[in-house]
Amino acid sequence: MEDMTTLIKALRSRFGITDIREQREDLTFLSVPKDRVIPLLTHLRDHEGFSSFILLTAVDWMEEEVFQLTYMLNNPEEKHNLGIRTQISREEPVMESAHHLWEHVATFQRELKEMFGIVFPGSPHLNEEFLLEGWDNLPPMRRDFDTKKYSEETYFPRPGRKTKDPAEHMKEKLYPNEPRPQRASQKGDD
Amino acid sequence: MNNKRFFQWNGERNGFPPVGEDGRPQIDLDSQRFVKIWHGPNHPGVTGNMALELTISGDEIMKARTHVGYLHRGFEKLYERRTWMQCFPTVVRMCVPEPDSNEYNLSAGIEELAGIEIPEAAQWLRMLALEMSRLQSLLRIMPAQGGATGLGLGVQWGVYLRDLILDRFEELTGGRIYHMYMLPGGVRGLLPEGFRERLEDNLKKVDEFTANIRKLMLDNAIFKKRTAGRGHIPPEWIDRYGVVGPNARAAGFKRDVRIDNPYLRYDELDFEPYTTNESDIYARSYTRWVDIQTTVDLLRQIMAKMPEKGEIRASTPNVLHWKVPAGETYIRSESSRGEYGFYLVSDGSKYPRRINLRGPSYSHGVALLEKMLVNANIADVGAIMVSLATCPPEIER
Repeated sequence: MEDMTTLIKALRSRFGITDIREQREDLTFLSVPKDRVIPLLTHLRDHEGFSSFILLTAVDWMEEEVFQLTYMLNNPEEKHNLGIRTQISREEPVMESAHHLWEHVATFQRELKEMFGIVFPGSPHLNEEFLLEGWDNLPPMRRDFDTKKYSEETYFPRPGRKTKDPAEHMKEKLYPNEPRPQRASQKGDD
Repeated sequence: MNNKRFFQWNGERNGFPPVGEDGRPQIDLDSQRFVKIWHGPNHPGVTGNMALELTISGDEIMKARTHVGYLHRGFEKLYERRTWMQCFPTVVRMCVPEPDSNEYNLSAGIEELAGIEIPEAAQWLRMLALEMSRLQSLLRIMPAQGGATGLGLGVQWGVYLRDLILDRFEELTGGRIYHMYMLPGGVRGLLPEGFRERLEDNLKKVDEFTANIRKLMLDNAIFKKRTAGRGHIPPEWIDRYGVVGPNARAAGFKRDVRIDNPYLRYDELDFEPYTTNESDIYARSYTRWVDIQTTVDLLRQIMAKMPEKGEIRASTPNVLHWKVPAGETYIRSESSRGEYGFYLVSDGSKYPRRINLRGPSYSHGVALLEKMLVNANIADVGAIMVSLATCPPEIER
């Protein structure tokens, strides 16, 4: 823990580190500008013993018009995890690729390209389909992609199938004689 | 005449991805020196569906590509519309053979974000469930290595013993495969009457099994010949390809979250993860075999040290309207296949902002497997794939 504080102090001005938060004894989060991420990852890997890459993921902060990218590193000697956060524009989601540092980063970047539409130029197999086949809609993990609307537009209920509102159904069952307003039409009856 | 139609290529579902953009040599299939075959998407050694697209020359593999997506259920997207509590029934389904790691990681994450301390008895019960889950998972994975090389008997022994552990789970939690036993704040119940004795009976049977499977599988000349020296992972690949768990320990790297960053009460238990240096399929099988014994030993230690009674739930807000404080965290625990992590982000509303699973298969099954299969013999593909203990649902969530 002591080491982490001194390490971050030493790197602070060089990589523009802000927003340092010690989440746990063995986990620290920090934020850096977009263009400092790859230099920082390289430095941490080569000189500070953060040799193990755990994950790369994105969080969609739609209200603030940004994607937050989180790179999680692990130092197997010090047994410490470090989360490096950066923000990229939602309008033009392009980020420098880190596939040359660890081989398996390319998989994460391929998934982010498909699920969030974030482009990592130069990353191997970036434009190949990972999970989805023939997807031509908005990248599905973006928050403005509406799953319900998509399924209503793409799929349709089987004819002859009736759905009932559970509350209504229980009322009918428990109090059959109680008068209730007639509903205009049964939903899903088409 | 009809043959013409038969051989027509359907361009819309083209199985051959365009290569060349990344500068890799384009394999000329028309030269008749290469054949492209699909290994999967159904393979009995892998829990779930995953396809390997292999380009072979003779019986040697030139190029391998992993294709996933046969089991994509969009859980991570679904969680944007669920309250934190509503995530539990589906979060366990992210990895079928070992669901308890998912429950633990999500509940521990929520507790950390909300600042809840769980009672001591609940911590021990969680450890018990996690170790039982590891045991039943290992009982399935470890003999499956024999199955991949044509030795099916061990698999049947393993499935039988796994069922006995699932009986104990049914007794403890009400569910066999998916338990939903751990909840934010603690666990759902204390041990039933007579549970310890029945578990001990099962553990004795597992002891017999470990002795027998050694004679049947690990000391078997054919098994050794098929696995020793094949599927080698060099030590320099461990960090480059993100290898964790038993696969890293078989290569001489002592990576175990229970030892490195102890969670729950693992620091009160006495155990040492097994490591070896051979790093081939046999070494990985052997590591898992020792892991079964370690797990049995841990279960006995937990039963001895566990308090008989006590509080099992800390008080939490009403789960239907629970607004978990804003923040983010990464929770890691050790599953039977290696480090298992959850990255959680809360924006302070009723719904999670992001729940991201990072399972060990994510790098084992894609980047590492594609690399390992190059220059392997086609008969060893199944054995190599099973030796990494890949679980495709974890890759696609």
